[in-house]
Amino acid sequence: MSDRAGGPLLQLTLWRLRELWREPEAIFWVFAFPILLALALGIAFNRRAPQALTVAVTESAGAREGGRAGETTTALEAAPGLRVVALDSAEAATRLRIGRVALVIVSGDPVVFRYDSTREESRLARLLANQALQTAGGRREVREVRDVTVTEPGSRYIDFLIPGLLGLNIMSTGLWGIGFGLVRTRNRGLLKRLLASPMRRSHFLLAQAAARLVFLVAEVGVVLAFGMLAFGVPFRGSAMALSAVVLAGALAFSGLGLLCASRVKTIEGVSGLINVVMVPMWVFSGVFFSWSHFPDAIQPFVQALPLTALNDGLRAVLLEGAGLPALAAHLGNMLVWAAVSFGVSLKIFRWV
Amino acid sequence: MKRYGDVVAVNGLDLDVLPGECFGLLGPNGAGKTTTVEILQGILTADAGAVEVLGLRWGKDDDELRQRLGTQLQETLFAEKLTVFETVTLFRSFYHRGMTPAGALALVGITEKHRAWVKNLSGGQRQRLALAVALVSEPELLFLDEPTAGLDPQARRQLWDIIRALKAQGRTVVLTTHYMDEAERLCDRVAVVDQGRVIALGTPRELIASLGAEHVVEFGVADGAAPAADALARVPGVREVRYENGTIRLTVAQIHETVPALIGLLRERGVELTELVTHHATLEDVFLHLTGRTLRDE
Repeated sequence: MSDRAGGPLLQLTLWRLRELWREPEAIFWVFAFPILLALALGIAFNRRAPQALTVAVTESAGAREGGRAGETTTALEAAPGLRVVALDSAEAATRLRIGRVALVIVSGDPVVFRYDSTREESRLARLLANQALQTAGGRREVREVRDVTVTEPGSRYIDFLIPGLLGLNIMSTGLWGIGFGLVRTRNRGLLKRLLASPMRRSHFLLAQAAARLVFLVAEVGVVLAFGMLAFGVPFRGSAMALSAVVLAGALAFSGLGLLCASRVKTIEGVSGLINVVMVPMWVFSGVFFSWSHFPDAIQPFVQALPLTALNDGLRAVLLEGAGLPALAAHLGNMLVWAAVSFGVSLKIFRWV
Repeated sequence: MKRYGDVVAVNGLDLDVLPGECFGLLGPNGAGKTTTVEILQGILTADAGAVEVLGLRWGKDDDELRQRLGTQLQETLFAEKLTVFETVTLFRSFYHRGMTPAGALALVGITEKHRAWVKNLSGGQRQRLALAVALVSEPELLFLDEPTAGLDPQARRQLWDIIRALKAQGRTVVLTTHYMDEAERLCDRVAVVDQGRVIALGTPRELIASLGAEHVVEFGVADGAAPAADALARVPGVREVRYENGTIRLTVAQIHETVPALIGLLRERGVELTELVTHHATLEDVFLHLTGRTLRDE
C-alpha cells in the first residue's frame, strides 16, 4: 500500500493545493488583496475625529456701515467644529456650489444662511453656526446637558467592511478556484486522461472540495485575524456559528463554480460566466455598503443572492454574536444554492 | 461503429490483438484511429458493434478494465506546476497494483528530471512522462496514441528504444501512428486504417510483399514528356505505374533489372531524365497503393 502514497483522495487533494500555492498570483488575490483593500478602506473611513466644517462669511451687498462681519466671524470662530473663512459673495457662492464650503453666512440683520438643505454637512453647519451666533447674542441655555462620546467597535465602517470582504473572498475563491481549475484540467485533456484511469469521479470532485476547505480555513483566518488585530473588529459570536456560515458559503460558491465549469471548454468561456455570476453580487449583496440602499422592488432578488446571505450571516455572527438558530435563514439560503448547483452540475458535467 | 452527427468516424473496423504483440493502427490524420482506441479504452462508447478487451466488456467490468489498461493519450498536458515525480505518484495512487513511481521514471529514463515541474519539460520529456504514467500500473495492455507526434528525430528514436524494450518484456501494445516508419519498426502486425475502415492487415513484411514488388523507383522527366503508362508497364519487373505531380512512381521487383531498361527506354525516345530515386517499398507505398493518397494528405 505504501506505493499508493496515502491513496487517491489525498493525492488528488494535494494536487489541487500544490497548484494553488505554487501560483503566486492566486496567493496574492486570496490573501494579500483583501487585506490591502481592508487597509485602504479602513484607513480612509476610520478617522474618528470629524473634520471641521468650513463655512464662509460675507458682507451683505447692501451693508453700508459694515462692521458686523467681524463680529459675526469672531462669534463663529469660538464655536467648536467650524472653520471660518471670509470671502466676497461671488467667491462664496462658487465655493458653496462646488462643495468646498458647507454654508455661506451673510452677515447683517437679519443674518442669512445660504446652503443646500439636502447636504447633511450643510444642515449640521447651519445648526452649529446658529447656535454660536445666538449664544454670542446673549441667548441663555435653559437645560443643562452633558456630552459623553463613545467609539464602539461594531458600529464603525471597518466593522461593516471586514465581514463583507470575507464574504467576497469566499465567493471569488469558490468560483475561481473550482471553476478555473476544472476548465483548465478539461482544456488540457487531463480530465480525459484521468477518466481513462481507474480514478473515481467522486474522489476527483471530493478532492476539489477538500482542497477548497483547507484554503478556506487559511483565507478566512488571515483576513479575520487582520481585521481583529489591526482594527479591533469584534468577534462576538461562537467559532461554531462562524464555521457554519463560512462552510455553507463555501459550499454554495463551490457549487456555483462547478456549475460554471460543468460544460465550458475554454478558459475565456468560464471567465465570462464567472463574471456574470459575480458582478451582480459585488453590487447588490452589501459588500461595501448596505443592500438596504436598493429600492424595495428589487429586494426579493437581493435577498435571494447567496452572497447577501453570507455577508449578513457573517455580520450577524461577528458583530451581533448571533447563534445558530438566528442564522437559520441565511444558512438555508446558502445550502439551497449549494444543493441545486451541485445537483445540476453533476447531471450536466462534461468529463470528456 | 461511432457516429458524430452525420459523420461516421469508425465503421466496420474488425481487429484482433494477440497477447504479447505490438499491434499498430496506421493511417492518416482523421482516419478514425484515435476514435478506435478511445472506444477500446472505454473513453467513448461505440454506437454499434462489440468490443472485448482482455476478455472483458465495457459497461460491465469497467473498474477491472481500467485497473488493467495503461494509456497514453494524444495531446494530454499534465498539470504544469506538479513535478514529474508528483504526477506519476498521483496516477499510481489510482491503481491497486503497480511499480513504484521511481521505477516508472527509471523505465523511461527521466529519473534525473523527477523534481522538475512539468511545464519545464521538453516535448520528448513530456512524452516520456506520459509513458511513465501509463506504465506505473504495470498494465497488461498498453495503448499508445501517436507517442512520437511532433518530436524531433532524436527524441523519436529514444522513445522507440523505450517501446522496443517494453516489447521485449512481452507487453501487449496497441500503437496508433501516422508515421509509417514507426509502425514498420515497432509493430508485429499493422492494420492500415482509412476513413474508419481497416483496408489492410498483416505484418509489415506481408503488407509490403502484397505489393508484389519490394522496391519503388521514382523519376521525373524534362518538359513533362513522360512515356505512356502501357510503355512503362512493359519495362521488365514493373508491377505498378502511378503519375503524381510531375513524378512517376514505379513499383518494381528488382531495381537492377528495371532501372537500366528504364533508362534505355527514355534514351530511345529522347526524353531527358531530371530526377531518379529508388527505395525499398514501405508501408507508405502500401497505403498509396491502396488509397491513391499518401499518409500525409490531409
